[in-house]
Amino acid sequence: MSDFRTPLRRVRGMGAAGGTEHFWRQRLTAVANVFLITFFVILLLSLMNESYDGVRAAFANPFVGIAMALVVISATIHMQLGMQVILEDYVHGAAKMPLLILNTFFAIVVAAACLFAIVKMSFGA
Amino acid sequence: MSDVKSARPLSPHISIYKFRPTMAMSILHRITGGALYVGTLLLVWWLVAAASGPAAFATASAFFGSIIGQLILFGYTWALLHHMFGGLRHFVWDTGRAISKTTSTTLANATIIGSLAATVLLWLGILIFG
Repeated sequence: MSDFRTPLRRVRGMGAAGGTEHFWRQRLTAVANVFLITFFVILLLSLMNESYDGVRAAFANPFVGIAMALVVISATIHMQLGMQVILEDYVHGAAKMPLLILNTFFAIVVAAACLFAIVKMSFGA
Repeated sequence: MSDVKSARPLSPHISIYKFRPTMAMSILHRITGGALYVGTLLLVWWLVAAASGPAAFATASAFFGSIIGQLILFGYTWALLHHMFGGLRHFVWDTGRAISKTTSTTLANATIIGSLAATVLLWLGILIFG
């Protein structure tokens, strides 16, 4: 069948064309992550020896809640984009699409679970 | 794979190239990225445990405080710092700078030395002041 297609038609959609938005979001979240992950590491260091009540008190602080939510949102978008590139580079054939779907689902589940925990602790329930 | 029969040059297999620091940093950036990806499950565990109550939090804390937990956190710290330093290197490249052979090799070496040094310093700080 491929004999009827021109070489150009066969390669269309196989390459990097149309990836500008992907590239841009990767860089945008990377810039955000430099600041957000630095905050996250400092927060972890400050909570290292804290009791359960101390950790809950920290997460009851609106600034910590908002910043941690941003950490989760930026990091999960960034990791979804990055894993997509890895999968597209190394996985071909039937496994590719299911893995790309799983990748997106994984990132969303991680984000949802973290955000639920952060919101719950912020509102003190 | 391709049914195109022509004398056009094809990309040679990468194994014909001598392994360089830039190549090592390229694949390490992916490996650390992949490790950080899987490691977010630990963040989920910690946050959900803290949100669930004292008992769940105590279980998570006990794991992160154990030898295995501390080793995982040490490795995670390095992966995080290495991926961040690698990312900063990409920002420099994005401006069109530091792409010459010698500069990119120097930057590659700086990335691994910097990430290892920063990780060790951070954990020395934790051991001494923690």
